[in-house]
Amino acid sequence: MKPAAFAYHRPESRAQALALLAEHGDEAKIISGGQSLVPAMNFRLARPPILIDINAIPGMDDIREEGGTLVIGARCRHAHFEKPVSSAPIGLLLSRVAANIAHTPIRSRGSFGGSLSHADPASEWCCVARGLEAELVAESTTGRRTIPAAAFFQTIFTTALRPDELLTEIRLPLFGPGWHCGFAEYARRAGDFALAMAVVACRVEGGVIREARVGLGGIASTPVTSPEAVAVLLGQAPSPALFLAAGQAGADATSPDGDIHASGEYRQDLVRAMIRRALTQAFA
Amino acid sequence: MGGIGRSVTRLEDPPLLRGQGRFAADIRFPGELHMRVVRSPIAHGRIEQIDIADALDCPGVVAVWTGADVAEIPPIDFRQMRIPGLGDYRQPILAQGMVRYVGEPVALVIAETPYQAEDAAELVFADIEELEPVMTAVQPLGEFAPGLTTEAGVVRKSYGDLAAAFEAAAHVFELEFAIGRHTGVPMETRGAIGFWNAEQERLEMHGASKVPHANRLAIAKMLDLPPEQLHLFEGHVGGGFGIRGEVYPEDVLVCLAALRLRRPVKWIEDRKEHLLAANHSRDQHHRIRAAVDAQGVVLGLEDEFFVDQGGYVRTHASTVTDLTAGMLPGPYHIPAFAAAGHIRLTNKTPAGTYRAPGRYEGTFVRERLMDAIADRLGIDRVEIRRRNLIPAEAIPFKRGLDALGTEVVYDAADFAGLLAKLEASVDLPALRESLAARRAAGEQVGLGLAYFVEKSGLGPFDDVILSIAATGRVEIVTGAASVGQGVETVMAQVAASVLGVAHTDCTVVHGQTDRIARGMGAFASRVTVMTGAAVSMAAETLKDRLRARAALLLQADATGLVFEGGLIRAGEASVPLGEAAAACAAEDGTPLLTAEASFTTDHMTYPYGVHLAVLRVDAETFGMVVERFVVAFDVGRSVNPMLVEGQIHGGAAQGIGGALFEEFIYSADGQPLSASFADYLLPTLNEVPMVEALVLEDAPSPINPLGVKGAGEGGITAAGAAIAAAVEDALQGRVSITRLPITPGRLRILHLN
Repeated sequence: MKPAAFAYHRPESRAQALALLAEHGDEAKIISGGQSLVPAMNFRLARPPILIDINAIPGMDDIREEGGTLVIGARCRHAHFEKPVSSAPIGLLLSRVAANIAHTPIRSRGSFGGSLSHADPASEWCCVARGLEAELVAESTTGRRTIPAAAFFQTIFTTALRPDELLTEIRLPLFGPGWHCGFAEYARRAGDFALAMAVVACRVEGGVIREARVGLGGIASTPVTSPEAVAVLLGQAPSPALFLAAGQAGADATSPDGDIHASGEYRQDLVRAMIRRALTQAFA
Repeated sequence: MGGIGRSVTRLEDPPLLRGQGRFAADIRFPGELHMRVVRSPIAHGRIEQIDIADALDCPGVVAVWTGADVAEIPPIDFRQMRIPGLGDYRQPILAQGMVRYVGEPVALVIAETPYQAEDAAELVFADIEELEPVMTAVQPLGEFAPGLTTEAGVVRKSYGDLAAAFEAAAHVFELEFAIGRHTGVPMETRGAIGFWNAEQERLEMHGASKVPHANRLAIAKMLDLPPEQLHLFEGHVGGGFGIRGEVYPEDVLVCLAALRLRRPVKWIEDRKEHLLAANHSRDQHHRIRAAVDAQGVVLGLEDEFFVDQGGYVRTHASTVTDLTAGMLPGPYHIPAFAAAGHIRLTNKTPAGTYRAPGRYEGTFVRERLMDAIADRLGIDRVEIRRRNLIPAEAIPFKRGLDALGTEVVYDAADFAGLLAKLEASVDLPALRESLAARRAAGEQVGLGLAYFVEKSGLGPFDDVILSIAATGRVEIVTGAASVGQGVETVMAQVAASVLGVAHTDCTVVHGQTDRIARGMGAFASRVTVMTGAAVSMAAETLKDRLRARAALLLQADATGLVFEGGLIRAGEASVPLGEAAAACAAEDGTPLLTAEASFTTDHMTYPYGVHLAVLRVDAETFGMVVERFVVAFDVGRSVNPMLVEGQIHGGAAQGIGGALFEEFIYSADGQPLSASFADYLLPTLNEVPMVEALVLEDAPSPINPLGVKGAGEGGITAAGAAIAAAVEDALQGRVSITRLPITPGRLRILHLN
């Protein structure tokens, strides 16, 4: 359980990091918190020849609000979200999500952008980014582009980031007045990779749901949205029966794979329950 | 003063808490080399050839060996419970032509640094022709080797007239039960350092644990060394649980390498290796038949069971199978009994003992049967147990069976009394009422209860050399071992009680083969009973001498002397213990006053108890939450109640793990799917409630001078059974639990059907 040999760079500016990425491309791997990468290297499942450590770069863990958007620096640690980072509904939601991520030592080191770049299908932040339609900002020496979450997650551990690109920011809606957000997951032990999870955001006006977003994680090779659950919710007044119906619709539309921890059918049941619970939490 | 019965803090802890512990990986010798084991990626196959050329070319590599390089070393022999026929199934230290499980050592690389060793090990390529693996103990027998089937042996035990019991039965129950493949997971992985001590012309192995003396003899024999030329040294040990400290291939390999290379060779197991290479345990399948009368009294019990031994029979030989059969009837009278335990080879990691070996499994089977009888006959689940318990007046009770080569005689017990105390302690009627009310309000919550009998204090002997210095300090040298359970503290407390000194004035030396000739080590909950008895005997011997000497010094009557506070008193006059000891030592012409004692026994002593679990099942996820876990446990006499409770807490946590979380799962082609902590799920603090321990001392053992019984295993024994019962109760009979672990996915399927 010793990693294969690698070269190590610790750039002190974003420009240096991007230059290193441009130079080494595929050979290089960014290390931020290292909470997924280092174990993978120790198991020799990952053997990047070059590590670029972004921890010395200033300004990569800022959080700010711009208009209706929460802008999260990619190196923000999970633990940073344990207390709401915004008074808007997104702040409370992210704090609820953070409580589900692994354990305290991992939360204190692992980063938001690292999770997204790693693209584990059972990652809470990936589910949130996909479900709530985040925009992801990638930079390279040739410029900066914004990638919608829908295009970002390609398959397991694979994103739309080019080898020379660094994920620098995550942009999430703040969700203003009228919005209700919730999150639920089920794991066999506290802190484990969830067997299924759901994130929801609904805007209520005049007593009925006018807009809704539902994201699911842990059940496919990438996080997914559930237009089927959304369709059930739109135009309806929130109620326990509605939440269950949305959960059922969401579950019916999935066909998760099984593994040693849960069969596909069981995960489908969990999808129903997690959508229902996330909605229940959102409207509690 | 820290004598017997006091919950003093542990003597062991200061260095551990200050980061000054010396675990295997902390031991460093100048010029040490590092060993990396190349392991089979194939579950079953024939080795065609092993290509080591690229590995040999790597920087820092000193040696690369395959089976051919160690062909003259015999396979690892059995430490205990050898039965005819098992010998052919022993494990070589590196695979000899065949591989039998994923993780089997096929080659080793020795290099200057662990990184170089691991890099080079990746380049060793074993060309293996794959063969069909055997993946369960209940499938038709396969061929282990020409002329040998995959059944290594059958352990049979019986008493009474079983045919008559079934003839007289009003009801016959036939049930099947299965227990998953678990292991003890010490926080510290294994490690071994071989060191050729040129000055003393002897080989040393550091990082030993559990049974250093037995392993010294075993390894010396394998390496064809005179035993006096090999010494084993135990440092701090981060948990044992039965699996750590046996002779494994790696222990022999580091010794052999140090001998051949004349350089220190260090091997520290990584966690992935640990889950593939250290002993697995449990994984039994039982088919039982019970003859029961109209009142629910069991007249006869017949059990045929299958033990998934994995790829080889290791040091424990038939131990687990033997204990399963010998302890199966538990606290119940059951006039007729027969068990046949089949030791079956499969292509998984080899198995051995793990805390409460055979009893965790057998208790699950027996207690599930009791619940099944109760449910079908409409008798209360507690009442069914009362009806079957061995009455107090029948104690001592000859079980009619043997276990670990000793006759099973329950030496002291009040089974019904303990049950009654537990019921009172938790206010069982009120607890049941409150759970019923919660169920009526829509929750799925229930309780389960299971009885167990443990065994402890395995002989045949333990020796102690006890000495007292002029300073009054007491040194106790024992051949017992410490796997972290508090041996030093407990032995110090025993000596302190006898000699009237502070336990902190006692030093305990254990696990060093150069300090005492013989030693049995630490397993089978034996140390407090056996070593404790020897310590008390040695201390009493010295006390007699000191008393006589002090009487002279104080001009007082010897019978009136009091040993306390490090002094020997006669009224107001006193002499320090050390001074009296020095006077005695001067007589002997030795620097220290020393006595040796040996405690021997042919019988084990049998603690017993009940586990009670309260558990909630989530209606949507089938997730299970253990809300409450109570262990009532009679240990005869508690030397250090805090440590007894600690043993109970830790055991219960592991028991909950085995009941709900832990399981080694394999693919059909023999690939292990639970080879990391992401997949082999240990319970954490979040999954284990604060365990409530009801430690009783109602039945002290009459067969050792202290009256103690071993407390190491009773925390785990009935956990699987109690939790299974609680799950059934929570779901009010909608499911029948016959298999551990109970996972949410499995519970969902049971519930659907």
